[in-house]
Amino acid sequence: MFSFISQTWAVIVMNVRSLPRRLWMSLAMVLANAVVVAILLAFLAMDKGFEVTLKGAGSDDVALFLRGGSAAELNSGLGRDQVNLIATAPGIASNANGPIISAELYVIVDGIKRSTKTEANLPLRGLELTGIEMRNGFQLQEGRMFTPGTNELVVGQGVLREFEGFEVGNTLRIGKSEWRIVGSFSTGGNVFESELWADLNVIQSVYNRGSSVQTVRAKLSESGQLDAINAYVENEPQLNVDVQTEKAYFAGQSKNLSYMAWFGKIISAVMALGALSGALNTMYTSVADRAKEIATLRTLGFSTGSAFLGTLVEAMVLAMAGGLVGAVCAYLLFDGLNASTLGGSFTQVVFSFQMSGDLIAQGMKMALVIGFVSGVFPAWRAARMPVLLAFR
Amino acid sequence: MTTEHLFDLQKVAKRFVKGKDSITIFDNLDLSINKGDFVAIMGPSGSGKTTLLNLLGGVDQPTEGEISFDGQRIDKLSENLLAKWRANNVGYIFQFYNLMPMLNAARNVELPLLLTNLSSSERKQSVATALELVGLADRAKHMPSELSGGQQQRVAIARAVVSDPKLLLCDEPTGDLDRATADEILKMLQLLNREFGKTIIMVTHDPSAAKYANRTLHLDKGKFVDRELAA
Ligand SMILES: Nc1ncnc2c1ncn2[C@@H]1O[C@H](COP(=O)(O)OP(=O)(O)OP(=O)(O)O)[C@@H](O)[C@H]1O
Ligand SMILES: [Mg+2]
Repeated sequence: MFSFISQTWAVIVMNVRSLPRRLWMSLAMVLANAVVVAILLAFLAMDKGFEVTLKGAGSDDVALFLRGGSAAELNSGLGRDQVNLIATAPGIASNANGPIISAELYVIVDGIKRSTKTEANLPLRGLELTGIEMRNGFQLQEGRMFTPGTNELVVGQGVLREFEGFEVGNTLRIGKSEWRIVGSFSTGGNVFESELWADLNVIQSVYNRGSSVQTVRAKLSESGQLDAINAYVENEPQLNVDVQTEKAYFAGQSKNLSYMAWFGKIISAVMALGALSGALNTMYTSVADRAKEIATLRTLGFSTGSAFLGTLVEAMVLAMAGGLVGAVCAYLLFDGLNASTLGGSFTQVVFSFQMSGDLIAQGMKMALVIGFVSGVFPAWRAARMPVLLAFR
Repeated sequence: MTTEHLFDLQKVAKRFVKGKDSITIFDNLDLSINKGDFVAIMGPSGSGKTTLLNLLGGVDQPTEGEISFDGQRIDKLSENLLAKWRANNVGYIFQFYNLMPMLNAARNVELPLLLTNLSSSERKQSVATALELVGLADRAKHMPSELSGGQQQRVAIARAVVSDPKLLLCDEPTGDLDRATADEILKMLQLLNREFGKTIIMVTHDPSAAKYANRTLHLDKGKFVDRELAA
């Protein structure tokens, strides 16, 4: 047993030291693995980031009203009249101030990412204090809430973390106006944390939106119960809105991107097959290149097992090296990457790619599988190498 | 049946089969080799010298017949048992040295010891002794590419003797070396034979190399021809 370990170790050391003879092939194998793992991780991180960001953002207690036919908040628009009609709908909870609704409007502002120093879009949301109370897990982290009617804003933890210049106490110049950052908040990691919040009326006047908003959120008197509201919306010809729970809205948004995650997995799988065939070729070449050395060691009495394992480990080491390079690159390139840069209809969903140890482990597993499969067949050939080759 | 014979070959046949063709190299070959002998095997190219050496060294198996080593049959051993047998009993010296190019001299010499249970310090000790014996103690850290052909062959000899096998097998050990260097190597083999009691079987084309042996076998078309010379 001791001898098996020491001879196998010696064979592994020799294989690794002979790598420079096959430098370019081996590097190509490392690179191919790196690319496959990086791409897989990019898609997984996107999926994960999106899931984390949207999970918990949507509440079952809140109904979200958008203009009829608009798929997302940013494309929606509702006039004062529509908001007033919504306020009289049944099924909405109320308190001393009347029905609990929040009319909201958001605009896109530029932020500079800390990691890459590039510009990215951030939502600046105008809302009222009732709207803030509707957010799951809202917590003021630092400073205070903005004072209604002033150019004050509060900044989400996500923005604070990923973007420059949003520290509490700073003054921001956005377009023609100056804003004072008076506080920061968290909402437990969900999508709202990637936003800046200010008073609705101030946003409306600074951005010349009159009294129009994009969305209305309403607290439901009974969780998940939209029947009464739906009936009301249908029977009110003046009202042109789509209504769904906030949870359903975000679930729909995330569905759009989970197609991308599947797409990504398929791309990775196809690329993995390509990397695998390249790796097999590299490893068969390695065995042929070391044929005389393998045969000589077998002549000296080294076991077939050591020849097998030596080759297998070489493949695994190369694949793992590729996996590590890929994971590091994916981490540097994609972790925290702001998905607003994706453009298209998702600009309004600001979320970060999230690389986690868990995902990196998945990427390494993929590399290990490629390494194992590309190693095991050439290793078998190495183990079956005719000893007589040593005498040629 | 313990005898002074190290090898006993009885009715050994060796055929290579390729498709429908079968080439007979030996048929009905009998041979005994005494312990402590230094045997040279000579003969024209293609006469089966290497094939015979491979049978004796347990890297190839006879088609028929018996091969006994020190009274023990080796012709039917499984591949892994043969590997163990080689590790315990045979030191190989190749025409082209067959050193591992990525390992220095000491690491090359150490290889057979990795098949034993010796500790790393015991291995170091044995390696140093073996390198000393071939006069290369000062080259322990050199890579094969930094050594001359003769020096590489001396490292190979150190590797062959480091685990103290009874038997040394050499296939044209001086075939790639000039006269003076060849003589150096042959003197070293003679020393191993005389002072350390190694049984040596050496294939060579070179009659002056064969003079170092105390028994010469002439092989022709798979048969020994009766020209045995005593040294
Ligand atoms: N694996 C093999 N398959 C088929 N034929 C073989 C094989 N090995 C050797 N032979 C044949 O067996 C014969 C003897 O070969 P061998 O290598 O033993 O000769 P040799 O005496 O060592 O010759 P040389 O002096 O050239 O080294 C040759 O005709 C060779 O072609
Ligand atoms: Mg030969």
